[in-house]
Amino acid sequence: MTDTDIEAQVTEWRAYMLRRKAISEADVDELEDHLRERVGDLTAAGLKPDEAFLIAVKRMGRMDELSREFAREHSDRLWKQLVLDPDRDAAADAERRRGLLVMIVCAALGVVAIKAPALFGLGFDDSGDFYARNMGLLVLAPLAVYFAWRRRLGTGSIAAVAVLFAVGAVANNAYPLDADSQSVVLSAIHLPLMLWFVVGIAYAGGEWRSGRRRMDFIRFSGEWFIYLVLIGLGGGVLTGFTAGVFGAIGVDAEVFVSEWLVPCGLAAAVVVAAWLVEAKQSVIENMAPVLTRVFTPLFAVTLVAVLVAIGVTTNAIDVERDMLILFDLLLAVVLGLVLYSISARDAEAKPGVFDWMQLALVVSALLIDVLVLVAILGRITEWGFTPNKSAALGENLVLFANLAWTAWLYVSIIRRRKRFAQLEDWQTNYMPVYAAWAAVVVLLFPPLFSFA
Amino acid sequence: MHIAKDLVAASATPLVLGILAEEESYGYAILKEIAERSGGRLEWTEGLLYPLLHRLERLGHVESTWRTPEGGRRRKYYAITEDGRRELAEQRRQWAAVTDALQDIWETTRTLGPAAPRAMEA
Repeated sequence: MTDTDIEAQVTEWRAYMLRRKAISEADVDELEDHLRERVGDLTAAGLKPDEAFLIAVKRMGRMDELSREFAREHSDRLWKQLVLDPDRDAAADAERRRGLLVMIVCAALGVVAIKAPALFGLGFDDSGDFYARNMGLLVLAPLAVYFAWRRRLGTGSIAAVAVLFAVGAVANNAYPLDADSQSVVLSAIHLPLMLWFVVGIAYAGGEWRSGRRRMDFIRFSGEWFIYLVLIGLGGGVLTGFTAGVFGAIGVDAEVFVSEWLVPCGLAAAVVVAAWLVEAKQSVIENMAPVLTRVFTPLFAVTLVAVLVAIGVTTNAIDVERDMLILFDLLLAVVLGLVLYSISARDAEAKPGVFDWMQLALVVSALLIDVLVLVAILGRITEWGFTPNKSAALGENLVLFANLAWTAWLYVSIIRRRKRFAQLEDWQTNYMPVYAAWAAVVVLLFPPLFSFA
Repeated sequence: MHIAKDLVAASATPLVLGILAEEESYGYAILKEIAERSGGRLEWTEGLLYPLLHRLERLGHVESTWRTPEGGRRRKYYAITEDGRRELAEQRRQWAAVTDALQDIWETTRTLGPAAPRAMEA
Protein backbone atom coordinates (compact mmCIF):
# COMPACT_ATOMS: atom_id res chain seq x y z
CA MET A 1 0.00 0.00 0.00
CA THR A 2 1.33 3.43 -0.92
CA ASP A 3 1.03 6.83 0.68
CA THR A 4 -1.75 7.81 -1.70
CA ASP A 5 -3.77 4.83 -0.50
CA ILE A 6 -3.32 6.03 3.06
CA GLU A 7 -4.42 9.51 2.01
CA ALA A 8 -7.54 8.07 0.40
CA GLN A 9 -8.32 6.07 3.51
CA VAL A 10 -7.83 9.06 5.79
CA THR A 11 -10.13 11.13 3.58
CA GLU A 12 -12.76 8.44 3.76
CA TRP A 13 -12.30 8.19 7.51
CA ARG A 14 -12.73 11.98 7.80
CA ALA A 15 -15.94 11.94 5.81
CA TYR A 16 -17.28 9.18 7.99
CA MET A 17 -16.38 11.02 11.18
CA LEU A 18 -17.97 14.24 9.95
CA ARG A 19 -21.29 12.50 9.63
CA ARG A 20 -21.34 12.18 13.40
CA LYS A 21 -23.16 15.33 14.37
CA ALA A 22 -21.61 15.49 17.83
CA ILE A 23 -18.13 15.81 16.33
CA SER A 24 -17.39 19.14 14.70
CA GLU A 25 -14.97 19.72 11.85
CA ALA A 26 -12.31 21.15 14.17
CA ASP A 27 -12.58 18.05 16.34
CA VAL A 28 -12.08 15.84 13.31
CA ASP A 29 -8.98 17.88 12.42
CA GLU A 30 -7.69 17.25 15.90
CA LEU A 31 -8.46 13.53 15.72
CA GLU A 32 -6.92 13.27 12.25
CA ASP A 33 -3.69 14.73 13.59
CA HIS A 34 -3.85 12.14 16.33
CA LEU A 35 -4.47 9.34 13.84
CA ARG A 36 -1.58 10.35 11.63
CA GLU A 37 0.79 10.63 14.60
CA ARG A 38 -0.06 7.11 15.62
CA VAL A 39 0.30 5.77 12.07
CA GLY A 40 3.70 7.47 11.95
CA ASP A 41 4.78 5.89 15.24
CA LEU A 42 3.58 2.45 14.21
CA THR A 43 5.29 2.53 10.81
CA ALA A 44 8.47 3.71 12.51
CA ALA A 45 8.18 0.62 14.72
CA GLY A 46 8.20 -1.53 11.58
CA LEU A 47 4.56 -1.93 10.55
CA LYS A 48 3.41 -1.49 6.97
CA PRO A 49 1.36 1.72 6.41
CA ASP A 50 -1.92 -0.13 5.83
CA GLU A 51 -1.47 -2.24 8.97
CA ALA A 52 -0.55 0.89 10.89
CA PHE A 53 -3.68 2.63 9.66
CA LEU A 54 -5.92 -0.27 10.68
CA ILE A 55 -4.42 -0.46 14.15
CA ALA A 56 -4.56 3.30 14.61
CA VAL A 57 -8.24 3.39 13.67
CA LYS A 58 -8.96 0.42 15.88
CA ARG A 59 -7.14 2.02 18.79
CA MET A 60 -9.23 5.14 18.39
CA GLY A 61 -12.13 3.05 19.55
CA ARG A 62 -15.41 2.23 17.98
CA MET A 63 -16.81 5.26 16.27
CA ASP A 64 -20.13 5.04 18.11
CA GLU A 65 -18.39 5.09 21.46
CA LEU A 66 -16.13 7.95 20.48
CA SER A 67 -19.04 9.94 19.15
CA ARG A 68 -21.07 9.22 22.29
CA GLU A 69 -18.26 10.55 24.48
CA PHE A 70 -18.08 13.69 22.36
CA ALA A 71 -21.84 14.02 22.51
CA ARG A 72 -21.75 13.86 26.28
CA GLU A 73 -19.43 16.85 26.43
CA HIS A 74 -21.02 18.74 23.52
CA SER A 75 -24.70 18.22 24.13
CA ASP A 76 -25.39 21.49 22.30
CA ARG A 77 -24.19 19.82 19.12
CA LEU A 78 -26.04 16.64 19.81
CA TRP A 79 -29.10 18.81 19.87
CA LYS A 80 -28.67 19.20 16.13
CA GLN A 81 -28.48 15.49 15.67
CA LEU A 82 -31.74 14.53 14.13
CA VAL A 83 -33.48 11.30 14.71
CA LEU A 84 -33.77 10.94 10.94
CA ASP A 85 -30.01 10.58 10.59
CA PRO A 86 -28.99 9.54 7.07
CA ASP A 87 -26.86 6.66 8.29
CA ARG A 88 -29.22 5.50 10.93
CA ASP A 89 -28.97 1.92 11.99
CA ALA A 90 -31.63 -0.55 12.99
CA ALA A 91 -31.60 0.49 16.64
CA ALA A 92 -32.19 4.15 15.78
CA ASP A 93 -34.94 3.09 13.43
CA ALA A 94 -36.69 1.11 16.13
CA GLU A 95 -36.26 4.00 18.56
CA ARG A 96 -37.83 6.36 16.04
CA ARG A 97 -40.82 4.10 15.53
CA ARG A 98 -41.19 3.81 19.25
CA GLY A 99 -41.10 7.61 19.56
CA LEU A 100 -43.82 7.90 16.95
CA LEU A 101 -45.97 5.38 18.76
CA VAL A 102 -45.49 7.06 22.15
CA MET A 103 -46.35 10.40 20.56
CA ILE A 104 -49.58 9.06 19.05
CA VAL A 105 -50.64 7.45 22.32
CA CYS A 106 -49.90 10.59 24.34
CA ALA A 107 -51.61 12.89 21.83
CA ALA A 108 -54.67 10.63 22.09
CA LEU A 109 -54.34 10.87 25.87
CA GLY A 110 -54.41 14.65 25.56
CA VAL A 111 -57.58 14.50 23.47
CA VAL A 112 -59.22 12.23 26.04
CA ALA A 113 -58.10 14.50 28.90
CA ILE A 114 -59.57 17.59 27.32
CA LYS A 115 -62.86 15.93 26.35
CA ALA A 116 -63.35 13.87 29.53
CA PRO A 117 -64.84 16.78 31.54
CA ALA A 118 -67.60 16.96 28.89
CA LEU A 119 -68.88 13.62 30.20
CA PHE A 120 -69.62 15.42 33.46
CA GLY A 121 -71.51 18.18 31.71
CA LEU A 122 -68.55 20.54 31.37
CA GLY A 123 -68.64 21.38 27.65
CA PHE A 124 -65.60 23.14 26.20
CA ASP A 125 -67.70 26.06 25.00
CA ASP A 126 -69.94 26.77 27.98
CA SER A 127 -67.62 25.99 30.92
CA GLY A 128 -65.07 28.70 30.26
CA ASP A 129 -64.29 29.06 33.94
CA PHE A 130 -63.39 25.40 34.44
CA TYR A 131 -61.25 25.28 31.33
CA ALA A 132 -59.50 28.55 32.09
CA ARG A 133 -58.46 27.10 35.44
CA ASN A 134 -57.48 23.65 34.22
CA MET A 135 -56.35 24.06 30.62
CA GLY A 136 -52.66 23.98 31.54
CA LEU A 137 -53.17 20.90 33.65
CA LEU A 138 -55.14 19.02 30.99
CA VAL A 139 -52.75 19.65 28.11
CA LEU A 140 -49.45 19.46 30.00
CA ALA A 141 -50.10 16.22 31.87
CA PRO A 142 -50.04 14.17 28.63
CA LEU A 143 -46.82 15.97 27.66
CA ALA A 144 -45.25 14.95 30.98
CA VAL A 145 -46.39 11.38 30.33
CA TYR A 146 -44.84 11.56 26.86
CA PHE A 147 -41.44 12.55 28.21
CA ALA A 148 -41.60 10.17 31.17
CA TRP A 149 -42.23 7.39 28.66
CA ARG A 150 -39.66 8.47 26.07
CA ARG A 151 -36.91 9.02 28.65
CA ARG A 152 -37.80 5.84 30.56
CA LEU A 153 -38.02 7.89 33.73
CA GLY A 154 -37.13 6.24 37.04
CA THR A 155 -39.82 5.63 39.63
CA GLY A 156 -38.54 8.40 41.91
CA SER A 157 -38.79 11.03 39.18
CA ILE A 158 -42.18 9.74 38.05
CA ALA A 159 -43.45 10.07 41.61
CA ALA A 160 -42.04 13.60 41.90
CA VAL A 161 -43.66 14.71 38.64
CA ALA A 162 -46.98 13.09 39.54
CA VAL A 163 -47.03 14.64 43.01
CA LEU A 164 -46.25 18.11 41.66
CA PHE A 165 -49.04 17.79 39.07
CA ALA A 166 -51.43 16.60 41.78
CA VAL A 167 -50.50 19.49 44.10
CA GLY A 168 -51.12 21.97 41.27
CA ALA A 169 -54.43 20.35 40.40
CA VAL A 170 -55.70 20.25 43.97
CA ALA A 171 -54.64 23.80 44.88
CA ASN A 172 -56.12 25.12 41.68
CA ASN A 173 -59.54 23.56 42.17
CA ALA A 174 -59.87 23.26 45.95
CA TYR A 175 -59.34 26.94 46.75
CA PRO A 176 -62.71 28.69 46.98
CA LEU A 177 -62.04 31.30 44.28
CA ASP A 178 -64.73 33.41 42.63
CA ALA A 179 -64.88 33.12 38.87
CA ASP A 180 -64.19 36.84 38.53
CA SER A 181 -61.55 37.16 41.28
CA GLN A 182 -58.01 38.27 40.51
CA SER A 183 -56.63 35.05 41.95
CA VAL A 184 -58.43 32.88 39.40
CA VAL A 185 -56.79 34.73 36.54
CA LEU A 186 -53.40 34.60 38.26
CA SER A 187 -53.69 30.85 38.81
CA ALA A 188 -54.76 30.30 35.21
CA ILE A 189 -51.56 32.05 34.08
CA HIS A 190 -49.14 30.68 36.65
CA LEU A 191 -50.24 27.06 36.90
CA PRO A 192 -49.17 26.26 33.30
CA LEU A 193 -45.88 28.05 34.01
CA MET A 194 -45.26 25.99 37.11
CA LEU A 195 -46.27 22.77 35.36
CA TRP A 196 -44.02 23.59 32.41
CA PHE A 197 -41.04 23.36 34.76
CA VAL A 198 -42.40 20.08 36.10
CA VAL A 199 -42.53 18.84 32.49
CA GLY A 200 -38.89 19.95 32.40
CA ILE A 201 -38.07 17.35 35.07
CA ALA A 202 -39.51 14.66 32.81
CA TYR A 203 -37.79 16.19 29.78
CA ALA A 204 -34.41 16.03 31.53
CA GLY A 205 -35.04 12.36 32.28
CA GLY A 206 -34.83 13.16 36.00
CA GLU A 207 -31.41 14.87 35.64
CA TRP A 208 -32.94 18.27 36.29
CA ARG A 209 -29.98 19.37 38.38
CA SER A 210 -27.66 19.20 35.39
CA GLY A 211 -26.98 22.59 33.82
CA ARG A 212 -26.60 20.96 30.42
CA ARG A 213 -30.03 19.33 30.61
CA ARG A 214 -31.57 22.61 31.75
CA MET A 215 -30.07 24.41 28.79
CA ASP A 216 -31.44 21.69 26.53
CA PHE A 217 -34.84 22.28 28.06
CA ILE A 218 -34.59 26.01 27.35
CA ARG A 219 -33.75 25.23 23.72
CA PHE A 220 -36.57 22.74 23.59
CA SER A 221 -39.04 25.27 25.00
CA GLY A 222 -38.27 27.80 22.28
CA GLU A 223 -38.50 25.30 19.43
CA TRP A 224 -41.63 23.77 20.90
CA PHE A 225 -43.31 27.15 21.06
CA ILE A 226 -42.42 27.88 17.44
CA TYR A 227 -43.80 24.53 16.29
CA LEU A 228 -46.95 25.09 18.32
CA VAL A 229 -47.50 28.49 16.70
CA LEU A 230 -46.92 27.01 13.24
CA ILE A 231 -49.37 24.18 13.92
CA GLY A 232 -51.80 26.75 15.32
CA LEU A 233 -51.59 28.79 12.11
CA GLY A 234 -52.28 25.71 10.02
CA GLY A 235 -55.08 24.72 12.38
CA GLY A 236 -56.64 28.15 12.02
CA VAL A 237 -56.73 27.77 8.24
CA LEU A 238 -58.24 24.29 8.59
CA THR A 239 -60.87 25.58 11.02
CA GLY A 240 -61.79 28.43 8.70
CA PHE A 241 -62.22 26.10 5.72
CA THR A 242 -64.19 23.55 7.75
CA ALA A 243 -66.68 26.16 8.91
CA GLY A 244 -66.88 27.84 5.48
CA VAL A 245 -67.18 24.73 3.31
CA PHE A 246 -69.78 23.06 5.51
CA GLY A 247 -71.63 26.36 5.71
CA ALA A 248 -71.70 26.45 1.88
CA ILE A 249 -73.52 23.10 1.73
CA GLY A 250 -75.92 24.17 4.44
CA VAL A 251 -74.50 22.08 7.31
CA ASP A 252 -73.74 23.97 10.52
CA ALA A 253 -70.28 22.85 11.63
CA GLU A 254 -69.93 25.41 14.40
CA VAL A 255 -70.53 22.99 17.27
CA PHE A 256 -68.14 20.46 15.78
CA VAL A 257 -65.47 23.13 15.38
CA SER A 258 -65.77 24.68 18.82
CA GLU A 259 -66.44 21.50 20.79
CA TRP A 260 -64.15 19.06 18.98
CA LEU A 261 -61.80 20.46 16.38
CA VAL A 262 -60.33 23.32 18.41
CA PRO A 263 -59.88 21.69 21.85
CA CYS A 264 -58.78 18.30 20.53
CA GLY A 265 -56.47 19.92 17.99
CA LEU A 266 -54.86 22.04 20.69
CA ALA A 267 -54.39 19.15 23.12
CA ALA A 268 -52.84 16.95 20.43
CA ALA A 269 -50.69 19.79 19.07
CA VAL A 270 -48.97 20.22 22.44
CA VAL A 271 -47.61 16.66 22.26
CA VAL A 272 -47.07 16.61 18.49
CA ALA A 273 -45.01 19.82 18.68
CA ALA A 274 -42.80 18.23 21.36
CA TRP A 275 -42.30 15.18 19.18
CA LEU A 276 -41.53 17.31 16.13
CA VAL A 277 -38.88 19.30 17.98
CA GLU A 278 -36.90 16.12 18.60
CA ALA A 279 -37.71 14.23 15.41
CA LYS A 280 -37.26 16.99 12.85
CA GLN A 281 -34.55 19.00 14.48
CA SER A 282 -32.61 19.84 11.36
CA VAL A 283 -35.68 20.78 9.34
CA ILE A 284 -35.95 24.18 10.92
CA GLU A 285 -32.45 23.99 12.43
CA ASN A 286 -32.91 25.92 15.66
CA MET A 287 -35.39 28.62 14.68
CA ALA A 288 -35.35 30.35 18.06
CA PRO A 289 -31.68 31.41 17.85
CA VAL A 290 -32.23 32.65 14.30
CA LEU A 291 -35.16 34.81 15.39
CA THR A 292 -33.03 36.01 18.30
CA ARG A 293 -30.34 37.16 15.91
CA VAL A 294 -32.89 39.14 13.93
CA PHE A 295 -34.73 40.73 16.82
CA THR A 296 -31.94 41.48 19.31
CA PRO A 297 -30.68 44.51 17.36
CA LEU A 298 -34.22 45.69 16.65
CA PHE A 299 -35.26 45.50 20.28
CA ALA A 300 -32.01 47.10 21.42
CA VAL A 301 -32.54 50.06 19.07
CA THR A 302 -36.17 50.46 20.14
CA LEU A 303 -35.35 50.45 23.84
CA VAL A 304 -32.49 52.91 23.43
CA ALA A 305 -34.87 55.13 21.44
CA VAL A 306 -37.40 54.98 24.30
CA LEU A 307 -34.71 56.00 26.78
CA VAL A 308 -33.62 58.89 24.54
CA ALA A 309 -37.25 59.97 24.17
CA ILE A 310 -37.75 59.94 27.94
CA GLY A 311 -34.57 61.95 28.37
CA VAL A 312 -35.49 64.53 25.72
CA THR A 313 -39.15 65.01 26.63
CA THR A 314 -38.63 64.39 30.37
CA ASN A 315 -42.07 62.75 30.28
CA ALA A 316 -42.57 60.41 33.21
CA ILE A 317 -43.81 56.90 32.42
CA ASP A 318 -47.58 56.86 32.82
CA VAL A 319 -48.16 54.08 35.33
CA GLU A 320 -51.54 52.67 34.44
CA ARG A 321 -52.86 49.40 35.79
CA ASP A 322 -51.69 47.32 32.87
CA MET A 323 -48.36 49.05 32.65
CA LEU A 324 -46.57 46.72 35.07
CA ILE A 325 -47.72 43.69 33.06
CA LEU A 326 -46.43 45.34 29.88
CA PHE A 327 -43.02 45.87 31.42
CA ASP A 328 -42.98 42.34 32.85
CA LEU A 329 -43.56 41.11 29.33
CA LEU A 330 -40.82 43.38 28.04
CA LEU A 331 -38.33 41.96 30.56
CA ALA A 332 -39.48 38.44 29.71
CA VAL A 333 -38.91 39.09 25.99
CA VAL A 334 -35.47 40.55 26.69
CA LEU A 335 -34.64 37.55 28.86
CA GLY A 336 -35.86 35.26 26.06
CA LEU A 337 -33.59 37.02 23.58
CA VAL A 338 -30.66 36.63 25.97
CA LEU A 339 -31.45 32.98 26.70
CA TYR A 340 -31.75 31.91 23.08
CA SER A 341 -28.64 33.70 22.02
CA ILE A 342 -26.83 31.99 24.90
CA SER A 343 -28.25 28.61 23.97
CA ALA A 344 -26.88 28.86 20.43
CA ARG A 345 -23.60 30.60 21.17
CA ASP A 346 -20.36 28.70 21.06
CA ALA A 347 -19.11 28.98 24.64
CA GLU A 348 -15.51 29.10 23.47
CA ALA A 349 -15.99 31.90 20.93
CA LYS A 350 -14.40 35.28 21.70
CA PRO A 351 -16.70 38.18 22.65
CA GLY A 352 -17.95 40.09 19.62
CA VAL A 353 -20.31 42.79 18.37
CA PHE A 354 -23.35 40.70 19.16
CA ASP A 355 -22.37 40.57 22.84
CA TRP A 356 -22.23 44.37 22.91
CA MET A 357 -25.69 44.43 21.38
CA GLN A 358 -26.98 42.04 24.04
CA LEU A 359 -25.45 44.21 26.73
CA ALA A 360 -27.08 47.35 25.27
CA LEU A 361 -30.41 45.54 25.12
CA VAL A 362 -30.24 44.31 28.70
CA VAL A 363 -28.99 47.59 30.16
CA SER A 364 -31.61 49.72 28.41
CA ALA A 365 -34.39 47.33 29.48
CA LEU A 366 -33.11 47.56 33.06
CA LEU A 367 -33.00 51.36 33.02
CA ILE A 368 -36.57 51.57 31.75
CA ASP A 369 -37.64 49.05 34.33
CA VAL A 370 -36.08 51.04 37.17
CA LEU A 371 -38.22 54.05 36.17
CA VAL A 372 -41.32 51.83 36.14
CA LEU A 373 -40.51 50.22 39.47
CA VAL A 374 -40.09 53.57 41.18
CA ALA A 375 -43.49 54.69 39.87
CA ILE A 376 -45.16 51.40 40.85
CA LEU A 377 -43.75 51.37 44.36
CA GLY A 378 -45.23 54.84 44.81
CA ARG A 379 -48.63 53.56 43.79
CA ILE A 380 -48.44 50.51 46.00
CA THR A 381 -47.51 52.48 49.09
CA GLU A 382 -50.48 54.70 48.33
CA TRP A 383 -53.08 52.01 47.48
CA GLY A 384 -51.77 48.86 49.16
CA PHE A 385 -51.14 45.38 47.75
CA THR A 386 -53.56 43.39 45.60
CA PRO A 387 -52.90 39.88 44.22
CA ASN A 388 -52.40 41.28 40.71
CA LYS A 389 -49.99 44.00 41.74
CA SER A 390 -48.02 41.68 44.03
CA ALA A 391 -47.68 39.02 41.36
CA ALA A 392 -46.65 41.53 38.72
CA LEU A 393 -44.21 43.19 41.09
CA GLY A 394 -42.74 39.84 42.14
CA GLU A 395 -42.24 38.80 38.53
CA ASN A 396 -40.64 42.12 37.79
CA LEU A 397 -38.16 41.69 40.63
CA VAL A 398 -37.38 38.09 39.69
CA LEU A 399 -36.62 39.09 36.10
CA PHE A 400 -34.84 42.26 37.17
CA ALA A 401 -32.46 40.37 39.46
CA ASN A 402 -31.65 37.92 36.69
CA LEU A 403 -31.04 40.60 34.05
CA ALA A 404 -29.03 42.84 36.36
CA TRP A 405 -26.57 40.05 37.11
CA THR A 406 -26.64 39.05 33.42
CA ALA A 407 -25.62 42.60 32.48
CA TRP A 408 -22.76 42.47 34.97
CA LEU A 409 -21.61 39.12 33.56
CA TYR A 410 -21.77 40.50 30.00
CA VAL A 411 -19.54 43.40 31.03
CA SER A 412 -17.06 40.97 32.56
CA ILE A 413 -17.17 38.72 29.50
CA ILE A 414 -16.56 41.58 27.10
CA ARG A 415 -13.64 42.70 29.26
CA ARG A 416 -12.53 39.04 29.24
CA ARG A 417 -12.60 38.82 33.00
CA LYS A 418 -15.12 36.01 32.93
CA ARG A 419 -15.91 33.15 30.61
CA PHE A 420 -19.12 32.81 28.69
CA ALA A 421 -19.85 29.50 30.40
CA GLN A 422 -20.40 31.41 33.65
CA LEU A 423 -23.30 33.30 32.08
CA GLU A 424 -24.71 29.99 30.92
CA ASP A 425 -24.39 28.61 34.46
CA TRP A 426 -26.05 31.68 35.93
CA GLN A 427 -29.05 31.29 33.64
CA THR A 428 -29.48 27.56 34.20
CA ASN A 429 -28.98 27.91 37.96
CA TYR A 430 -31.63 30.61 38.03
CA MET A 431 -34.34 28.46 36.45
CA PRO A 432 -35.71 27.06 39.75
CA VAL A 433 -36.42 30.65 40.85
CA TYR A 434 -39.04 31.03 38.09
CA ALA A 435 -40.59 27.69 38.99
CA ALA A 436 -40.62 28.60 42.68
CA TRP A 437 -42.22 31.98 42.02
CA ALA A 438 -44.93 30.45 39.81
CA ALA A 439 -45.59 27.89 42.55
CA VAL A 440 -45.83 30.66 45.17
CA VAL A 441 -48.42 32.52 43.09
CA VAL A 442 -50.48 29.36 42.50
CA LEU A 443 -50.22 27.82 45.96
CA LEU A 444 -49.66 30.65 48.44
CA PHE A 445 -51.23 33.75 46.92
CA PRO A 446 -54.91 32.68 47.17
CA PRO A 447 -54.81 32.00 50.95
CA LEU A 448 -52.49 34.99 51.48
CA PHE A 449 -54.97 37.38 49.88
CA SER A 450 -57.98 35.58 51.39
CA PHE A 451 -59.07 34.28 47.96
CA ALA A 452 -59.67 37.76 46.58
CA MET B 1 -3.04 -4.79 35.08
CA HIS B 2 -6.51 -3.47 34.61
CA ILE B 3 -7.40 -0.23 36.39
CA ALA B 4 -11.06 0.23 37.22
CA LYS B 5 -13.03 2.69 35.11
CA ASP B 6 -14.02 4.87 38.05
CA LEU B 7 -10.44 5.24 39.14
CA VAL B 8 -9.33 6.15 35.60
CA ALA B 9 -12.08 8.76 35.36
CA ALA B 10 -11.33 10.28 38.76
CA SER B 11 -7.63 10.63 38.07
CA ALA B 12 -8.05 11.95 34.52
CA THR B 13 -8.33 15.67 35.32
CA PRO B 14 -5.32 15.96 37.65
CA LEU B 15 -3.21 13.89 35.24
CA VAL B 16 -3.97 16.11 32.25
CA LEU B 17 -3.63 19.34 34.23
CA GLY B 18 -0.40 18.06 35.77
CA ILE B 19 1.11 17.25 32.39
CA LEU B 20 0.03 20.61 30.96
CA ALA B 21 1.41 22.41 34.03
CA GLU B 22 4.89 21.28 32.95
CA GLU B 23 4.49 22.55 29.39
CA GLU B 24 1.84 22.98 26.73
CA SER B 25 1.11 19.91 24.68
CA TYR B 26 -1.30 18.28 22.22
CA GLY B 27 -3.62 15.30 22.35
CA TYR B 28 -1.43 12.49 21.07
CA ALA B 29 1.58 13.61 23.10
CA ILE B 30 -0.52 13.78 26.28
CA LEU B 31 -1.80 10.27 25.67
CA LYS B 32 1.75 8.96 25.18
CA GLU B 33 2.97 10.83 28.24
CA ILE B 34 0.27 9.25 30.38
CA ALA B 35 1.05 5.75 29.11
CA GLU B 36 4.74 6.40 29.81
CA ARG B 37 4.27 7.88 33.27
CA SER B 38 2.09 4.96 34.34
CA GLY B 39 4.44 2.39 32.85
CA GLY B 40 1.74 1.49 30.34
CA ARG B 41 -0.80 0.64 33.01
CA LEU B 42 -3.06 3.59 32.26
CA GLU B 43 -4.40 3.13 28.74
CA TRP B 44 -6.60 6.02 27.80
CA THR B 45 -8.88 6.06 24.81
CA GLU B 46 -9.37 9.08 22.57
CA GLY B 47 -12.99 9.05 23.64
CA LEU B 48 -11.81 9.86 27.15
CA LEU B 49 -9.04 12.32 26.37
CA TYR B 50 -10.54 14.72 23.81
CA PRO B 51 -13.92 15.29 25.44
CA LEU B 52 -12.04 15.83 28.71
CA LEU B 53 -9.75 18.42 27.09
CA HIS B 54 -12.80 20.18 25.61
CA ARG B 55 -14.53 20.17 28.97
CA LEU B 56 -11.48 21.61 30.71
CA GLU B 57 -11.39 24.30 28.04
CA ARG B 58 -15.06 25.13 28.57
CA LEU B 59 -14.42 25.40 32.31
CA GLY B 60 -11.49 27.70 31.61
CA HIS B 61 -8.83 25.40 33.07
CA VAL B 62 -6.97 25.13 29.78
CA GLU B 63 -6.67 27.24 26.62
CA SER B 64 -6.17 25.93 23.13
CA THR B 65 -4.50 27.34 20.04
CA TRP B 66 -4.20 25.93 16.55
CA ARG B 67 -0.70 26.14 15.20
CA THR B 68 0.97 24.93 12.04
CA PRO B 69 4.67 24.21 12.45
CA GLU B 70 6.93 24.81 9.45
CA GLY B 71 6.02 22.18 6.85
CA GLY B 72 3.88 20.31 9.36
CA ARG B 73 0.23 19.63 10.01
CA ARG B 74 -2.19 21.96 11.73
CA ARG B 75 -2.23 20.92 15.36
CA LYS B 76 -4.23 21.97 18.41
CA TYR B 77 -2.09 22.79 21.43
CA TYR B 78 -3.39 23.03 24.95
CA ALA B 79 -1.92 25.18 27.73
CA ILE B 80 -2.94 25.44 31.37
CA THR B 81 -4.48 28.70 32.64
CA GLU B 82 -4.29 30.34 36.06
CA ASP B 83 -7.70 28.84 36.83
CA GLY B 84 -6.33 25.46 35.81
CA ARG B 85 -3.34 25.80 38.13
CA ARG B 86 -5.66 26.59 41.01
CA GLU B 87 -7.79 23.58 40.15
CA LEU B 88 -4.67 21.40 39.97
CA ALA B 89 -3.54 22.58 43.41
CA GLU B 90 -6.98 21.84 44.80
CA GLN B 91 -7.05 18.36 43.22
CA ARG B 92 -3.60 17.74 44.57
CA ARG B 93 -4.71 18.48 48.10
CA GLN B 94 -7.67 16.14 47.71
CA TRP B 95 -5.57 13.34 46.25
CA ALA B 96 -2.98 13.75 48.98
CA ALA B 97 -5.71 13.25 51.57
CA VAL B 98 -6.93 10.12 49.81
CA THR B 99 -3.49 8.60 49.29
CA ASP B 100 -2.47 9.39 52.89
CA ALA B 101 -5.51 7.59 54.18
CA LEU B 102 -4.94 4.65 51.84
CA GLN B 103 -1.26 4.48 52.78
CA ASP B 104 -2.22 4.32 56.42
CA ILE B 105 -4.70 1.56 55.77
CA TRP B 106 -2.25 -0.46 53.64
CA GLU B 107 0.25 -0.25 56.49
CA THR B 108 -2.23 -1.69 58.96
CA THR B 109 -3.55 -4.39 56.66
CA ARG B 110 -0.02 -5.53 55.79
CA THR B 111 0.63 -6.42 59.41
CA LEU B 112 -2.81 -7.82 60.13
CA GLY B 113 -4.47 -8.87 56.89
CA PRO B 114 -2.46 -11.59 55.15
CA ALA B 115 -1.15 -13.11 58.40
CA ALA B 116 -4.46 -13.48 60.18
CA PRO B 117 -6.12 -16.17 58.00
CA ARG B 118 -3.07 -18.39 58.18
CA ALA B 119 -3.03 -18.14 61.94
CA MET B 120 -6.67 -19.21 62.03
CA GLU B 121 -6.02 -22.18 59.75
CA ALA B 122 -3.30 -23.34 62.05
